[in-house]
Amino acid sequence: MVAIIDYGVGNLFSLRSSLREIGADVIVTSDEAEIAAAGRIILPGVGAFEDAARKLRESGMADVVKREAAGGKPLLGICLSMQLMFDKSYEYGEHDGLGLIHGSVRPIADVIPADYKIPHIGWNSLHFTKESPLFKYSKEGDYVYFVHSYYAADCDESTLAVTEYGAELTASAANGNVYGCQFHPEKSGNTGLNILRAFMEV
Amino acid sequence: MITKRIIPCLDVRDGRVVKGVNFENLGDVASPVDMAKLYTNSGADELVFYDITASAEGRKLFTDILSETASNVFIPLTVGGGINTIEDFDRVLKCGADKVSVNSGAIRNPDLITEGARKYGDQCVVLSCDIKRVDGEFRVFARGGRDDTGMEAISWIKRCVEMGAGEVVVNSIDTDGVKQGFDIEMLQAVCDAVSVPVIASGGAGNIDHFIELFRKVPSIDAGLAASIFHFGEVSIKDLKERMAAEGIPARI
Repeated sequence: MVAIIDYGVGNLFSLRSSLREIGADVIVTSDEAEIAAAGRIILPGVGAFEDAARKLRESGMADVVKREAAGGKPLLGICLSMQLMFDKSYEYGEHDGLGLIHGSVRPIADVIPADYKIPHIGWNSLHFTKESPLFKYSKEGDYVYFVHSYYAADCDESTLAVTEYGAELTASAANGNVYGCQFHPEKSGNTGLNILRAFMEV
Repeated sequence: MITKRIIPCLDVRDGRVVKGVNFENLGDVASPVDMAKLYTNSGADELVFYDITASAEGRKLFTDILSETASNVFIPLTVGGGINTIEDFDRVLKCGADKVSVNSGAIRNPDLITEGARKYGDQCVVLSCDIKRVDGEFRVFARGGRDDTGMEAISWIKRCVEMGAGEVVVNSIDTDGVKQGFDIEMLQAVCDAVSVPVIASGGAGNIDHFIELFRKVPSIDAGLAASIFHFGEVSIKDLKERMAAEGIPARI
């Protein structure tokens, strides 16, 4: 059983559909007991950091997620929710994240040449920097779908994969049982389904 | 390296996919759910799902069709048509949309862009713009291309991007449905004006038109079309193989 945490941001629908497609037993919930009973947790995320971080705290889910992660349960944050795993973000101000992976979230504009477009939207290739069970069904150069204007920085030691967009941008990071994907596996065709399949087996 | 995207557009009316020639004489094609599955399997990079009658008749998207489509599609889905309020953003995102396209709703209330970007991030807000040449300038048209707003298009698009639109779909009414190629001049003008991704729409009739688009406007990010994919005149697989052969980055 994998629990998709519903904390009032979009994207639950696609994620649930893709997990069902790979045969996973899925529950969409914000119930503490149901989350505790699930074997794995996924935090989806579409949106802006400040709004999402506030919702995560106000719903009580921030504490639940931190507790479950500390207990060793596999946790996957997708896109904005990967960014929420980090210490802080500089999107429209400065906001605290969950601090489960060390690093900070910064504007892509700070590191890429001026002629590159922002947001970084589209299919880009994965380049692995570290071996991880999350990518056991993936291969170097696989295309996945990105949509983001901010990226995880200062996290070299936890980076699993990068993508090239005028600079090397963090595509995936992990700290023990806490995983993050900047791209959307639920929107990355078969490549993405394979990554979700691997997460269900970590 | 980031690839150039190929995007089939599903114009939907009454739960069916339609495609207008210059937005008139709509012809019924197929179930959007079937089309979405077909495109996902054939290598489409993304789908755009428009309720083309919503802005004209004030109708809401049929969310059951959207939900069913989204549950069968594992590639990005942009939804537009009848997006007038932030509640409309909430509604379509909950039904599986990844990005929300605003057109007439933003013309009536430009704050909608700011509000959507603040709540969901810039990357979630797609400005869709129907443009036609009038008196020697690019003019923004509203309500599915029927009403001349009197606004100059390039300045309108720049303003929307400043307010938070993360992507722009440029539909040339002048070339739409005519199948003589994309509107290179109009697309270049938009690409020169903004730094967010620009999607070309209107005028594709064959594979050569896409190659011409990516060659002549290197800063364009994606090519969008409807009927040529629906009726099988262009196969997405053939198109992407040709792109790769021509050295245009494509996901195959």
